[in-house]
Amino acid sequence: MKPIRFFAAAAFVAASAIAPASAADITGAGATFPFPLYSKWAEAYKAATGNGLNYQSIGSGGGIRQIKAKTVDFGASDMPLKGEDLSKDGLIQFPSAMGAIVPAINVAGVEARGLKFTGPMLADIYLGKITKWNDKAIADVNPGVKLPDATINVVYRSDGSGTSFVWTDYLSRVSDEWKAKIGSNTSVSWPVGIGGKGNEGVSASVKQVANSIGYVEYAYAKQNKLSYGLIQNKDGKFPAPEDKSFQAAAANADWTAAPGYGIILNNQPGADAWPITSATFILIRKDGDAAKNAAALKFFDWAYSNGDKIAAELEYVPLPATVKTQIRQTWAKELKFTN
Amino acid sequence: MSTADDAGARMSRAQRIKPSSGSDKLFELASRSAAYFVLILLAGIMISMVIGGWPAFREFGPGFLTSSVWDTQSEQYGAWPAIVGTLTTALIAMVVGVPLSLGIAIFLTQLAPGWMKKPVSTAVELLAAVPSIIYGMWGLFVFVPLFAAFVQIPVSSLTEGLPIVGTILYARSPSGLGILTAGLILAFMIVPFIASITRDMLEQIPTVLRESAYGIGCTTWEVVRYVLLPQAGVSIIGATMLGLGRALGETMAVTFVVGNANRLSASIFDPGSTIASRVANEFNEALGMQMSALIALGCILFFVTFAVLVCARLLVARVGKI
Repeated sequence: MKPIRFFAAAAFVAASAIAPASAADITGAGATFPFPLYSKWAEAYKAATGNGLNYQSIGSGGGIRQIKAKTVDFGASDMPLKGEDLSKDGLIQFPSAMGAIVPAINVAGVEARGLKFTGPMLADIYLGKITKWNDKAIADVNPGVKLPDATINVVYRSDGSGTSFVWTDYLSRVSDEWKAKIGSNTSVSWPVGIGGKGNEGVSASVKQVANSIGYVEYAYAKQNKLSYGLIQNKDGKFPAPEDKSFQAAAANADWTAAPGYGIILNNQPGADAWPITSATFILIRKDGDAAKNAAALKFFDWAYSNGDKIAAELEYVPLPATVKTQIRQTWAKELKFTN
Repeated sequence: MSTADDAGARMSRAQRIKPSSGSDKLFELASRSAAYFVLILLAGIMISMVIGGWPAFREFGPGFLTSSVWDTQSEQYGAWPAIVGTLTTALIAMVVGVPLSLGIAIFLTQLAPGWMKKPVSTAVELLAAVPSIIYGMWGLFVFVPLFAAFVQIPVSSLTEGLPIVGTILYARSPSGLGILTAGLILAFMIVPFIASITRDMLEQIPTVLRESAYGIGCTTWEVVRYVLLPQAGVSIIGATMLGLGRALGETMAVTFVVGNANRLSASIFDPGSTIASRVANEFNEALGMQMSALIALGCILFFVTFAVLVCARLLVARVGKI
């Protein structure tokens, strides 16, 4: 902890010395997953409008704490808050972008997209019921793939994380046993496996440990050239993880089903839909300073209109146009904001 | 120091202070408040930890110490696996690290040829300056794959099915990460501390003692065992306790290699977690009761370390008397 704290403190001091946050800067804090996206958006927004954004990626839990404590203009969370929590604290929630999760694998003799999984199979692997790579369940779905007679090393995120929430939510949807025994949350009691801290911890473990499986953000897997498997979706197909299949997952969803657009896009219908897709969320106080709220909303309004290309370059998935319209209506209604 | 000496010191000081007092008073005040500051800081940390962890202690009672459940879903928390992990990794670090450190110190002071002393001593001191996260990354990227390939897998295949040994030294999934790996990395981390302090202590022993022992025909082993070690005994225990304190509280390096599993396992090859690694992992995203449970864990670590230090003091006092 000590060195981390020290570095964090040093970085903070250095950052505040180099770029003193001007009064006009929007402040935000929360989820680490959309951090690369928000920083790129902020850079482009500053170039376009002259207004800055200071976003601290301290984790979703921290983001929720900070917005509740009124220390930031907006909070960011990968896990949507429930309707009652939103109304209790007077928060407005809306999604900013989407991402997808892939099962990263390191199996000798199996190529990058060479392995297919079904949802229940992944749940059984993470429950410790399937323990060998050449288990009949895996072999049946992968005819012709030469699977080693080796123990499966399961890797999970040891730190609390929105990625874990989306992954365990997916497993809960496809396996009743998972739902009953483990459930879904930012951290759960994993019955088997080893924990890696952060996306980088999981990917390092998957790379270092032979015959392992883990789960990471697609953007992360692609940048780090990790091998990953395909997953069977609700329609029984095995789509490739790419923009088209992520968009398909979002297109068929009913975004008004939960308060604050807090739906989870796992296991959506559609032949092309990637089964583990999720949105990341922004939280704004209803009773917040009107000028500051407007500044934050202006930023996201700008990002919705101009940020799709940046998002796609970073392997995030832009929101569908219809959802953006709905969100702008919510802003007008709840926060009296129109641009 | 005897009471007579004390009284004398007090008297002479009183005589000396009288004439000019302003700056002396100021200095006394400054140094006194510096000393009090440490006490207040310590008390402040302890009180805020107890207050922060209180909801967890109140909710789970003594069961918090003994329960093995850590379930954020149903908000049930228990510290037992983390306590066991902390003590086990520290014990492994001691068992491996202390003999290694003593070996280094004795070799450097008694056996090493002159040209070798300086470079090896410097190397040991440099190791002490390496940040712990570097040990963690080195552990994960270099040590863990080698450990899995050359220790875990061969040993597991040897011990599989044997009674006792087959439980303690069998890896269900030989990933290279685990309690033993964390203990070994900790051992590497504490060696420089214990070795350099012990070396300094051994060097301070008057040469005449050593020379006379050799003079009456002692072997090198006998000199080390019966002359040097008893002389440096108290300091060695002190150095060891310093190392133990570090091993108990080390966070980042352990988090990298311990496997971060909240499960109790009889095998030291299996992944586990320590109090510090648990806190490092979950603190960012913790809310409500989970946050209290983490602070309560920190509180327990505080008391464990405190207890260890008290034991060390008592031990030193006893050895000092003999």
